[in-house]
Amino acid sequence: MTAYSVLAQVLALLLAVLGAPLLTGWINQCRAWLQNRSAPPLLLPYRTLHKLFHKDSVIAENASPLFRIAPYIVFGVMVLACGIVPSLSTDLPLAPAADAIALVGLFAVARVFMSLAAMDIGTAFGTLGARREMLVGFLAEPALLMVLFTAAFMTQSTSLASIVETTASQEFAIVPSLAFAGVAFTMVSLAENARVPVDNPATHLELTMIHEAMILEYSGRHLALMEWAASLKLFAYSSIGLALFFPWGIAQVHDPVGLLLAAPALVLKLAIGGAGLALIETVSAKMRIFRVPEFLAGAFLLAVIGILVHFLLGA
Amino acid sequence: MDLSLQLLPIDGVLIAVGLWILVGAAGMVRPASFFLVARVLFPLGALVSLLLAIVAVAGLFTAPQVAVLPIGLPGLPFHLRLDALSAFFLFLLGAAGAGISIFASGYFRKGEGTPPGLLCLLYHLFVASMAMVMVADDAYVFMVMWELMALSSFFLVTANHTIPAIRRAGYLYLLIAHIGALGILLAFGVLQANTGDYTFANMRAQHLSPFWASTAFLLALFGFGAKAGMLPLHIWLPEAHPAAPSPVSALMSGVMLKTAIYGILRVGFEVLQTQLWWWGVLAIVLGLSTALFGVVFSAVQTDMKRLLAYSSIENIGLLLVGMGLALLFVGYGTSALAALALTAVLYHALNHAFFKSLLFLCTGAVLHATGERNLGKLGGLLRTMPWVGWLALVGALAAAGLPPLNGFVSEWLLLQSFLFTLGLPSTFVNMLLPVVAAGVALVAALGGYVMVKFFGVIFLGQPREPALARSHDAAFSERAGLVWLAAGCVLLGLFPVTVIALIDPVTRVLVGDGVGPKVAANGWLMLAPVAAERSSYSPLLFLLLVAASCALTFALVRRLYHGRIRRSPPWDCGYPLLNARMQDTAEGFGQPIRQVFEPFFRIDRHLPSPFDRHPVYRLSATDHVWHWVYLPVARAVEGLSRLVGLLQQGRISTYLMYSFVTLILMLLLVFR
Repeated sequence: MTAYSVLAQVLALLLAVLGAPLLTGWINQCRAWLQNRSAPPLLLPYRTLHKLFHKDSVIAENASPLFRIAPYIVFGVMVLACGIVPSLSTDLPLAPAADAIALVGLFAVARVFMSLAAMDIGTAFGTLGARREMLVGFLAEPALLMVLFTAAFMTQSTSLASIVETTASQEFAIVPSLAFAGVAFTMVSLAENARVPVDNPATHLELTMIHEAMILEYSGRHLALMEWAASLKLFAYSSIGLALFFPWGIAQVHDPVGLLLAAPALVLKLAIGGAGLALIETVSAKMRIFRVPEFLAGAFLLAVIGILVHFLLGA
Repeated sequence: MDLSLQLLPIDGVLIAVGLWILVGAAGMVRPASFFLVARVLFPLGALVSLLLAIVAVAGLFTAPQVAVLPIGLPGLPFHLRLDALSAFFLFLLGAAGAGISIFASGYFRKGEGTPPGLLCLLYHLFVASMAMVMVADDAYVFMVMWELMALSSFFLVTANHTIPAIRRAGYLYLLIAHIGALGILLAFGVLQANTGDYTFANMRAQHLSPFWASTAFLLALFGFGAKAGMLPLHIWLPEAHPAAPSPVSALMSGVMLKTAIYGILRVGFEVLQTQLWWWGVLAIVLGLSTALFGVVFSAVQTDMKRLLAYSSIENIGLLLVGMGLALLFVGYGTSALAALALTAVLYHALNHAFFKSLLFLCTGAVLHATGERNLGKLGGLLRTMPWVGWLALVGALAAAGLPPLNGFVSEWLLLQSFLFTLGLPSTFVNMLLPVVAAGVALVAALGGYVMVKFFGVIFLGQPREPALARSHDAAFSERAGLVWLAAGCVLLGLFPVTVIALIDPVTRVLVGDGVGPKVAANGWLMLAPVAAERSSYSPLLFLLLVAASCALTFALVRRLYHGRIRRSPPWDCGYPLLNARMQDTAEGFGQPIRQVFEPFFRIDRHLPSPFDRHPVYRLSATDHVWHWVYLPVARAVEGLSRLVGLLQQGRISTYLMYSFVTLILMLLLVFR
């Protein structure tokens, strides 16, 4: 562990924690433009967070301590997730703590705590959200794992840093198995980040909610942490996608110049990716909840096909 | 050196077994004395378990020892042997059993069917017979102890024998246990290869042809599979586990199912000298179907103990997949990979013993506090039963396979052993393995769903019945047992390198290779079974990082803003009339799974019509296997016995005629 790697780690963490709301704001802005609305300010998510932190937390009388600690756990888990995904550099001191499989486990921890917190008050919408979230999760999680396995089979490593180092050093070529994995990953990311067509982040109709239904009872700083964690999750997923499929520009081991260049490269890639996400959201319609398993089973099968294609074609 | 004091680990095991039998027999001195049994004997039994666990750890690192007990038939003594494999499973029995016994000392109450003294005797015979199964070194003592285990557990399952449903469950259990025992007996018959010598040492010396080796393996897989709850022999498990008192369910699910795993490992890897790759494929396919079946059924259960029983079927399936993988690798001669897969299997067996015992004991505490096993009548117990609730959360998170608890480590290892399989000589197998890995990932994710349902419906939300508000937390000794098991879940999760050092000698016995040195090379903090740059996981670092970022966030939020909190009624989007009936029931929470996996179930649905004055909605989702396998067999047996019944007319003259005709036929045969 050198001073350089510590610096890279701290930079990556700071960029993730401070920049994640900006990514959310950017996507909202792009969405508004595409839908021919006048866009909210880019920095609106920060103002919302600031406002929420200032407010008193109103907590239901029958809430257990689990309800109050869940936002901290979810937030802490997402920070760690952003810390181990190689977004700026592959030389991260935290990375050996968790490889790709553990990263999926990390997201599962957040999901389970969020669902449990949603069931804690005992409202109809809370349990509805928890049930739906687990429904999405039980298919999205193995699909994500299979996407990561495709990369792991190709590079013979489940360490994200090694995967990125190996794929970034290869010549640019469209690898069939990665193409399958890429489609599957996009579908999983939409579902996991509560985006159209699976969930609608802007919905106001409780019966169609998934993510929002789970955090209905939260307010004040707890809600702020949950919202921030959702932004971090989107950031982490985007970083995983960029690291797996567009690894160019990520600094290698001990490469200070690369680290300097990596930050603008990441911002540029995220901006393009965010605009793409907004486009997908704009052109697709929200599905009925029972179409979601079919959608995710499709993603799961695509990812498995990706692995099989890798074995068949050797690429 | 004083030889009289030189005690080998195997002597320690025998002493522990003897002490258990003594403790059990002491219960019969005053069978009705509740004080003697609960406050004295069960804690003593727990101490003996602890002793066994310590002795077993010593046994892991010593050379195999044999002993011959001069009991049994003339010329047929008990051959016993303690090697690393036995020692590992004895450790599992001792470590998990200690927690269960302590809990049991607070659990058994007066006036529940069987008198406490008899329960105590049966309980300790049960644990003692399991210990003896694991040190048996000939088929004779193995089968005797196996039967003793089945019988003592049968009487424990039927402790509340006044309830007809429990008697029925016990009968089913006994039936399947004996069908399985027949399979095991036949397997031993094949293994001794006509030498007439039933010691395992002799069986190891035989080199069977592939046909006979496969026959022996298949019979053993059938026999042990019946005990483990492998598809389609699982049907006794969801009946017997809920019927038994909770400490017994915990022992059966946490430990007894592992004796079957022990049996498959012993016969498949150690006694049989050759392994064929297709055994592995068979075990993988059976295991994956068992796991998927178990977890899907688990998600739709409404009885909390049945839910856990199906979840045990799931975990047994995962263990079978791991063993199948190891068989495959041994069949192809790659013992390093086999060692990794077996490490995952043994680790998961240990983990399952801890978290499943913990969860079963928690259901026992809930059952005592509320008198209710139906998930639809529970809820909100985290507030009235904080000890049980928070410890159950640890167990549920471990069972859901979440880092940094123990369930995750073994699932991680299992997935890792799938990942480095490139270059097996068969394309078919190379294509099969990723698909199986996908199946395992799906099962693991569904396991999370089940555990959220289990914990959320019992402990969170509002109480679904008014009586639940009066429920009380577990007593001191019950808490102690739960804390012991929960601590095991946490420690097994946080220190995988140490645990793998315990498993290493076992895999060396089974496949002659181990991952211990490689793992130890990276230090105690980092788990990297293959190489650090290929895969690594550090649970302690993981926990510290999450805790640190939580604490930092908490401190920052408090410092920069404020810590004000207001309590108010739940918001619920402004709906004014909120009651406990609006929450998801267990059926409701499982409904998506029932819909997605509809072909798995045989669904019998009764929908009310719009004109019903008292609308009733009834739905039962049952098992196809029961209708496809067991009912046809039962009908065939009934038909055959009806044919036999035709002979029995009940008239003496007819019976005399049968004898006469038989005599004539015999005479014709002889004097032909």
